[in-house]
Amino acid sequence: MSLIAARDIHVSYGGALVLDGVDVEVEPGEIVTLVGPNGSGKSTLVKVLLGVVRPDRGTVTRVPGLRLGYVPQKLHIDASLPMTVTRFLSLPTRHAPAEVAAVAARSGIEGLEQRQMTALSGGQFQRVLLARALLTDPQLLVLDEPTQGLDQPGEASFYELLEQVRRETGMGVFMVSHDLHVVMSASDRVVCLNHHVCCSGTPTVVQSAPEYRALFGHGTHGALALYQHDHDHEHDHDHSHGHGGDHAG
Amino acid sequence: MLDDFLLRAALAGVGIALAAGPLGSFVVWRRMAYFGDATAHAAILGVALALIFSAPVTLGTLLVALAMAAAVSWLSTKGHAMDATLGVLSHSALALGIVAISFVPGVRVDLSAFLFGDILAVTRPDLAVIWGGAGFVVALLGWRWSRLLTATLSRELAAASGIDADREGLVLTLALAVVVAVALKVVGALLIAAMLIIPAAAARGLVRTPEGMAFGAAAIGAAAALGGLWASYSFDTPAGPSIVTVAAGLFLLVALFGRRH
Repeated sequence: MSLIAARDIHVSYGGALVLDGVDVEVEPGEIVTLVGPNGSGKSTLVKVLLGVVRPDRGTVTRVPGLRLGYVPQKLHIDASLPMTVTRFLSLPTRHAPAEVAAVAARSGIEGLEQRQMTALSGGQFQRVLLARALLTDPQLLVLDEPTQGLDQPGEASFYELLEQVRRETGMGVFMVSHDLHVVMSASDRVVCLNHHVCCSGTPTVVQSAPEYRALFGHGTHGALALYQHDHDHEHDHDHSHGHGGDHAG
Repeated sequence: MLDDFLLRAALAGVGIALAAGPLGSFVVWRRMAYFGDATAHAAILGVALALIFSAPVTLGTLLVALAMAAAVSWLSTKGHAMDATLGVLSHSALALGIVAISFVPGVRVDLSAFLFGDILAVTRPDLAVIWGGAGFVVALLGWRWSRLLTATLSRELAAASGIDADREGLVLTLALAVVVAVALKVVGALLIAAMLIIPAAAARGLVRTPEGMAFGAAAIGAAAALGGLWASYSFDTPAGPSIVTVAAGLFLLVALFGRRH
């Protein structure tokens, strides 16, 4: 049974159809990545899965009692709200200090526990968000462009950590990504969205699909420029997790 | 030295401060300052309606404050330009309330008692209402604390944890209406929002966690209530405004000398 399955999702904002009959599901242990141009409805689909946006039509079915962890694209914490990292990690549920320490260590945020959230760097902040989600021992982790604003090493180690946790816990992962390089190397399945699902399948299948090429182009033209994806294919050789085909199917 | 009416006044002021501290923290975090103002101003309309229908004043203010708070939250979900909308609602309710009170037949009503509070006239039944209401709000916020905090941070984070941000917003709306209703006698409709915001803003400069801010705001509010009463007694100044003045003084002290973490 899928951890979460969305069927025939329709959402419109002010007359404009944002999601038009979208089907998507995540199996245990699977990394599914959602790609699509800006304004294609990616974030709306995430909100539908989280239950923040109620679809006009269609259903979202969850495994009963699903533990869902969520890593937002960005979290603005108002300057008037004092919040240490430790306190944030225990929202809304408190965790045992030993548990917090273990997750902090593996997320690479030890030593930051007493810092204010507003005083963290972009990379530290994203790691804290991930640590908070991992502390709930999620069966399904939902990430919305979690590495936006991170530099390349930061991004690489973020996805390494994600992959490591996935291997150990067998959680399912559903993420939105702008980074086509990561998508192709770290996903089991790619769903290409442009209001409706244009194509989906293993990274290799999707990459060669005409619908995908129409949206993202191929080679170093088109999408790569569109997404400011400034490292090109030669980067594949020294990248630490270039195992795109391993999880295919 | 502590006359009976002063003791009652002190208890009333401290009771309001204990509830206003944590609630005011949320008002500050969620940038609801104007929201608090609108709800408090609507209380005057509640007074007028209560007098016209000879119902208890606290009941009238509670119901109208609740209606105003609900209307404002509903409008905010409809995507109205909140700044202007709140301004229109807030001042209309205040003006309409004062006009309506002037139509109340019979006894001339002491309007300034409702606008600026009449803490020195607090009776024993008043005290019961104030502590009952304050206790209810503190218990409610304590019970929902983690959910309220998570919903304040982000709707999406809340939803992922199974928390309905809209429902938590209603909890705060209810708490706000109750505080407005029971604080009317203490600081008056014009200064209730001040008791919510100033102690919380003052506490911000001294603390590192949300809980610290809630407790700090309650303590600063209580100190302001006692200090304001003392000043009012010593210098024969109006009690409600004296309390808010002391709170403002504490805010200034923290702003100048507090350590901002």
